[in-house]
Amino acid sequence: MSAEADISITEQTDKPKKATHVTPPEPFMEKLIRMPVVLPLLTFVLILVVWEAGTRLFAVPSYILPAPSRIMGGFEVVSLSRWIEHVWSTLRVALMGFLLAIIISLPIAVGLAKSRFLSRSLYPLLVVIQSVPVVAVAPIIIVVLGTDDAPRVVITFMITFFPLVVSMTTGLMATPPELIELSRSLRAPVWREISQIRLPYATPYIFSGLKISITLSVIGAVVAEFVAAEKGIGYFIQFSTSMFKLPQAWAGLVVLLVMSLVLFQAVSLTQKILFPWSLPKERK
Amino acid sequence: MTQDAIRFSDAGQTFRTDSGPLTALSGVDLSIARHEFVAVLGPSGCGKSTLLRMTAGLIKPTEGTVSVFGLPVTEPRDDIGIVFQQATLLPWANVEDNVVFPARHKRGRVSQKDREHARAIIATCGLAGFEKRLPGELSGGMQQRVGIARALFLNPDILLMDEPFSALDALTRDAMGFELLRLWQASPKTVLFITHSIPEAVILADRVVVMSERPGRVIANLKVPLSRPRNESSLRSSEMQDFMGHLRGLLIKEKVA
Repeated sequence: MSAEADISITEQTDKPKKATHVTPPEPFMEKLIRMPVVLPLLTFVLILVVWEAGTRLFAVPSYILPAPSRIMGGFEVVSLSRWIEHVWSTLRVALMGFLLAIIISLPIAVGLAKSRFLSRSLYPLLVVIQSVPVVAVAPIIIVVLGTDDAPRVVITFMITFFPLVVSMTTGLMATPPELIELSRSLRAPVWREISQIRLPYATPYIFSGLKISITLSVIGAVVAEFVAAEKGIGYFIQFSTSMFKLPQAWAGLVVLLVMSLVLFQAVSLTQKILFPWSLPKERK
Repeated sequence: MTQDAIRFSDAGQTFRTDSGPLTALSGVDLSIARHEFVAVLGPSGCGKSTLLRMTAGLIKPTEGTVSVFGLPVTEPRDDIGIVFQQATLLPWANVEDNVVFPARHKRGRVSQKDREHARAIIATCGLAGFEKRLPGELSGGMQQRVGIARALFLNPDILLMDEPFSALDALTRDAMGFELLRLWQASPKTVLFITHSIPEAVILADRVVVMSERPGRVIANLKVPLSRPRNESSLRSSEMQDFMGHLRGLLIKEKVA
């Protein structure tokens, strides 16, 4: 960090100075292995190779475990435009459910954090709702709300919102009490205490909740598609397995996996770019 | 006769806790003149902070009254600034934004004049050039300077300080004490300074108030026999050593009793 060096002229006399000796340059291979992506990537490739070789060597039937090359073939069975259609259908539901969860959990979290009455009366109810197996309720929701996006968004919402409420409430309560006293000593309105102090303070907590919820939202969308859909990756996987086209189903799984990872990274990146101060201090 | 800036009349505070009522303070009688620097010294848990919070209007006394400039305190006032034990700055806001925060929080907006005012205070507090730094980039001492600057922003007549330097290392702590004296002499304020350090209380204050263990009462109220301006060698005289020894005796007796 460059800032440290600048400040050291003032009071920070106790900080150890940076070591002056120069470390010899690392050999190329060691440097490569130290890079964060290289090792997991190598492991992944190794697994693929073993997988491919194993399935060929022991002639494993593709309905039990298709070789990676067969899964790649599964992608080609369906046209690109059809893939995009499936992906968009699932992505749309996942994102809408996720957004709905954010919009609804925020006021609930504020209520839980600010009011003892609400936290006593509402919280147990939320736990009950959370304990209901969503997969079991999904068919009921579909019957009640019809077969378009609405029931699927609601199912996704039900799976994603609880971790958000918990993390937001925890975050809103994590504000140092002195800052709340400062707010009271300024006789500021409560909503400004929430918007200017509590909410920003909750940012790290909110983002850990968002990271959990974004991956759950993909699960929610897929669960909803399993119950009733004529599009989407979840539907595609179910359809393919029912037709015994396992490589195709595995291809769908790969797409879901990539979707989850990309969404998760998008949330992480948002935090890194918009709220860099909310990240834990880098460990040296 | 000049009016007292702060006056406690038989003030007491009993908290309701899960394990029954807890009397933090009882029968406190104390008056602080305008622009006087008073240090409150006492063992931990003797209700020093309660004294400060009652003055700030954050909690109401359950017995007696606390008045500021002749009026009983019923809610927080604009002419009181608070400095807490930890700087408790907003980690996402830079130094300048932290100092103008009272304006943003109270009125909902920050004018150009507010910013100029903040920059002037920042400079007075020895932080010129650090306006755009985030609190995480500053040392503990500098963070507390920002805390003081924030408390001074609304130009309060009374400054309440709750062990403001206790989280700092010894050297920084001494430096900050003299820094505070410099600020106080340049722009006089009534200061209620909570501490558990005898030398800190003596070097800073006009008067030292010694509190008892819980329930906190005033057991001594002594004028510091030391002229101003003060410096590092002010405490070396045998007279000051005796005075501090006396204070230590009072505190130790209280601890044993």
